[in-house]
Amino acid sequence: MVPVQYYFILSALLFFIGVYGFISRRNLIAMLISVELILNAVEINFAAFNRLLFPGQLEGFFMSLFGIGVAAAETAVAIAIIINVYRNFNSDNVDSIQNMKR
Amino acid sequence: MFSYTIFIMLLPLLSFIVLGLAGMKMKHKVAGLIGTCSLALVTILSYLTAFQYFGMDRVDGVYQTVVPYNFTWLPLGKLHFDLGILLDPISVVMLIVISTVSLMVHIYSFGYMHGEKGFQRYYAFLSLFTMSMLGLVLATNIFQMYMFWELVGVSSYLLIGFYYPLKPAIAASKKAFIVTRFADMFFLIGILMFGYFTESFSFSFAGHGANVVMGEGTTPFIPVDIVRALSAGAFILPTALTLMFIGGAGKSAMFPLHIWLPDAMEGPTPVSALIHAATMVVAGVFQIARMFPLWITFAPQALSIVVWVGVFTAFYAAAVACAQSDIKRVLAFSTISQIAFMMVALGVSLPGHGTIFDDHAQLGYMAGMFHLFTHAMFKACLFLGAGCIIHAVHSNEMALMGGLRKYMPITHVTFLISCLAIAGIPFFSGFCSKDEIITACFSYSPVVGWIMTGIAAMTAFYMFRLYYGIFWGTENKEAHAHHTPHEAPSCMTIPLIVLSVITVGVGIYSTLAGFLGWGGSFGSFVSSTGKDYTIHFDTQIAVTSTVIAILSICLATYIYKGESQPIADRLYKQFPRLHRAAYKRFYQDEIWQFVTHRIIFALVSTPIAWFDRYIVDGTFNFLAWGANEAGESIRPWQSGDVRQYAVWFLTGTVALSLILLCI
Repeated sequence: MVPVQYYFILSALLFFIGVYGFISRRNLIAMLISVELILNAVEINFAAFNRLLFPGQLEGFFMSLFGIGVAAAETAVAIAIIINVYRNFNSDNVDSIQNMKR
Repeated sequence: MFSYTIFIMLLPLLSFIVLGLAGMKMKHKVAGLIGTCSLALVTILSYLTAFQYFGMDRVDGVYQTVVPYNFTWLPLGKLHFDLGILLDPISVVMLIVISTVSLMVHIYSFGYMHGEKGFQRYYAFLSLFTMSMLGLVLATNIFQMYMFWELVGVSSYLLIGFYYPLKPAIAASKKAFIVTRFADMFFLIGILMFGYFTESFSFSFAGHGANVVMGEGTTPFIPVDIVRALSAGAFILPTALTLMFIGGAGKSAMFPLHIWLPDAMEGPTPVSALIHAATMVVAGVFQIARMFPLWITFAPQALSIVVWVGVFTAFYAAAVACAQSDIKRVLAFSTISQIAFMMVALGVSLPGHGTIFDDHAQLGYMAGMFHLFTHAMFKACLFLGAGCIIHAVHSNEMALMGGLRKYMPITHVTFLISCLAIAGIPFFSGFCSKDEIITACFSYSPVVGWIMTGIAAMTAFYMFRLYYGIFWGTENKEAHAHHTPHEAPSCMTIPLIVLSVITVGVGIYSTLAGFLGWGGSFGSFVSSTGKDYTIHFDTQIAVTSTVIAILSICLATYIYKGESQPIADRLYKQFPRLHRAAYKRFYQDEIWQFVTHRIIFALVSTPIAWFDRYIVDGTFNFLAWGANEAGESIRPWQSGDVRQYAVWFLTGTVALSLILLCI
């Protein structure tokens, strides 16, 4: 079997790749993709810990499923926001949202 | 039994509130009627109180002090500020004086203030004043007296500044208020000192009876703890009382705090009659009379301060009055001089040999209060008469008057009666009171006695100078060409007649009582011991003062009666500087201006103002600047840059998790 630590490393790697992508990308859709990556990394983490700590129980998997559902809903909302941003600022860059700037 | 006395205070207060709030919506007549009717009720109640109070049986030969109302307004540990009503011979006498003169002024003002803009406001302020003055004399404790003292000052300010569009009126009202307020600072320090050391503000020593009759449900008086005060130092009580006297000196226009009173003549003449002749200015005298048991027992040496301040003021004011050309200013200085007489009378009232309250030695107390009563009546009559004259001639200056006796007979006769009273001619009330004062002065010290006799002579002289200047001499034909002077309407002459009748009536009875030894004169109501005191005139002093008064009147007649005044003009040419100095009141106003502007403002106020502007304000400005700079430095964090926010979010999360791991 694959040692369980590799799952943790994978999950951590994916998480921080996602964070990096969120910070460094300018395009809103790319930022959204990075956020999805973070969420998926978290779900892998939950599943792996569930397998490690509670072999017979399923609570960790339920958290993962829940997380996938939440990710889907949140994606819908985020796309709506991105569309509104595009309509108002005519750009898909996060830097274009200048109203609150000094 | 005296439960109706609360209305004496409440009615004018109500009338002030009604006229003050709704006055402008009323017609003039309605406002005047409301004010006058409420005051007529107050007068009736005052007379009823006096009748009932003096009709009570004496206990140990003394009228008891009755306190129908006294409730605690502000409890402060052991001390408490009360509000209440105290009836005692002097306060009942003052009730009569205040209500009578105020009613006469209310009736008179119907005619004098006819057609003035602000008529309703005037009546509102008159009611406020009457209420405040009544509260002052009915006070049960020194703090209530102080509170109403200040209220009286406010009413005076409002009424002097009645013609507020005119600059002199505003300046005069400010001057009056500031000078009296300055004096009241000393009064307050005196009260605080007194309250601290004796642990009481109450007039528990008031009256002369051992028992004070308290009404039901009243807060009892805290006895004044003299032992404690004396143990703190023998100088404590005299100092506190003297400080209170300084406050009284300001309100009663003693030298050098008299400067506001001549300027206060800028107000309407009925106001001058009520406030600055009969009632408010005697508040200082009343204060000493009220605190008198303490003065006599614990601070008799301090009374000499009162005497000499009074003597000097009387002389100064009489000297200035001889050179004034504005009739109201002559009357104002005359008032200052007469109040000084009252102060001297109280000051010379020392304990006799043997018992503390020796009947004859303390004549001054009775004489001072008697003079207060008679002076209020004839001075109010003089001022109201002056108002009629001003109304007829449309000016205050004597140059525009002369020969008015043909046109204004009632005013002429009442003015003459009051002048005879103030000069001290027998069978007029002023003679009795002034003679008693001079008798008291002689028993204190012959020097003071002769000085006061001299000043009485000066009084007769300048009053008759005024009288002849107005009613005799050459008529000013040019001024009369436009508008022939005419007698005032009856609502203005009736008060004059009433006040003169009182003057003559009291005068005839008291003169006969004094020479023939009848009782029932003023001394049987008010005296230092509280016991019935029958006034006996000392024949020597009475004859001397009458002769001197008649001589002064003859001198004034000789100089001023004729068509022209050659002697007066010659004196004026020979002593121009003296005349100018007297005319300018011996430069007292200029001296005060110098002291306040050059000394106090320049040397004390300017550095303090600098300190306040640069150091105190500077500290707070610096704090504000610091806060502003701190804010500016944090401001870039709110950049509106989502990615920067994400970085901070991440940083914070990492830091937090590291901290949690390490713990």
